[in-house]
Amino acid sequence: MSHSAVEIRGVHFAYPDGRKALRGVELRIEHGQRVALLGPNGAGKTTLALHCNGIYTADAGSIHISALAVADANLPEIRRRVGLVFQDPDDQLFMPTVREDVAFGPANLGLRGNELDARVIEALDAVGAVDVAGRAPHHLSGGERRRVALATVLAMHPDLLVLDEPTSGLDPAGRRELVDVLRGLPITQLVISHDLPFTLELCERAIIMNDGMVVADGSTRDLLADEPLLHANRLELPFGFDPTVVRRDNRPTSPR
Amino acid sequence: MGAGHAHALYVHEHSPVHRLAPQVKLAAAFGFVLAVAVTPREAMWAFAVDAAALAVVVRLARLPVAFVLARLAVVLPFIAFAFLIPFVSSGERVDVLGVSVSQLGLWGAWNVLAKATLGATVSILLAATTEIPSILRGMAQLRVPETFTAIAAFMIRYLELIAGDLRRMRTAMTARGYDPRWLWQARPIATSAGALFIRSYERGERVHAAMLSRGYTGTMPPLDRRAATTREWLVAAAVPAVAVSTAIAAFLALA
Repeated sequence: MSHSAVEIRGVHFAYPDGRKALRGVELRIEHGQRVALLGPNGAGKTTLALHCNGIYTADAGSIHISALAVADANLPEIRRRVGLVFQDPDDQLFMPTVREDVAFGPANLGLRGNELDARVIEALDAVGAVDVAGRAPHHLSGGERRRVALATVLAMHPDLLVLDEPTSGLDPAGRRELVDVLRGLPITQLVISHDLPFTLELCERAIIMNDGMVVADGSTRDLLADEPLLHANRLELPFGFDPTVVRRDNRPTSPR
Repeated sequence: MGAGHAHALYVHEHSPVHRLAPQVKLAAAFGFVLAVAVTPREAMWAFAVDAAALAVVVRLARLPVAFVLARLAVVLPFIAFAFLIPFVSSGERVDVLGVSVSQLGLWGAWNVLAKATLGATVSILLAATTEIPSILRGMAQLRVPETFTAIAAFMIRYLELIAGDLRRMRTAMTARGYDPRWLWQARPIATSAGALFIRSYERGERVHAAMLSRGYTGTMPPLDRRAATTREWLVAAAVPAVAVSTAIAAFLALA
């Protein structure tokens, strides 16, 4: 396999109101990498995420997921390959019960009966949420909701996970559980986040976007240690946090 | 946000009524209401028979009688309205406790009172023994068009979120000294309804994007269907059967 997991070339996009959100994004992610996507509000991070599975269509440029172009003809397979986890789990969980919600994706792929049930249990097991299968989404805690939202896309056996602000609204324990789940998944991940310690723990590589373009790309530790770079892009480390002295065994490892 | 395990109308139990397939309960409830609605109002004993049938179901479902009676409060406004009928109706007058009222009106009031109470009781029994997702599945099994079940499902799923939004907006208003007591103070409420609409509309767009992301192409996948057994149909049919035979007997008795 010589192709990349994600290959984004010269993507431009403007919203219908004329606001330019992406101005020539270039990005390549290799299989098995976990990459953090950082940047201030309005940098175009979520817009880029919604391009990865064809919810938005680029005005110019191209996106390939494992060598398959994101184009109308390929959308069903693209949406199988790219698992998008939305920022608000309440947007993602729309069925009456957790079980039905997790089954929604694989059922759209044509799975039925026992095969479908097995897929649902497998996905819920991967996030440690089998016991809430029969519950209604609005009766779950924030952390459970977040993990179930992740299960709804894992059930489609994606090749790439795109997570939009996965730690927003989580308490420290919920955040810890999420890190453990994500680190255990052997799937390429693109993680949009403002939570810099979280990205340092999870991702070996980071990309900074600003004003619709990629402005920096390197090891997460190096980028987070570059104070002028962070400052120029409205990013800020928590008070007292020094990425250069984080224990070595806490450093994220690349699966491949 | 709701922290309970199920909705407020549901009573967690493991009774034979709870275990029945939702579609047979829906069909039985509907049949019962229809039969009660056409029962002639003059046959007062017929409604007593119907009520007795429901009392048996309450017992079988192990529902607390106090719970059912408390939920029945929902029909009180209708009953209050029904009590006006004898006073405003025309026709032959009779004296009740020294007050002259219309005889036809009395029958009208009784009609509303008996039928509304029985109908509401059936709905309470259905809701108390069937969880909302099951009711939706039962509707799908009864071939209710998917558009209706999907709309109902989304409404139930998001109603609580929207109510939560509204609560937070009200709290935010109260926190800034807004304490509406009179109608002319209602403007901020109307404004917040508009804001709520926009918020809900935007959420709808995000939910749609989330659905597309998981391969939605315009039809909901069929999920979790269980056909009801003949035995279940027969058991559930007992309740509307009582109401139907009572209605027929009442017609014959009055003929």
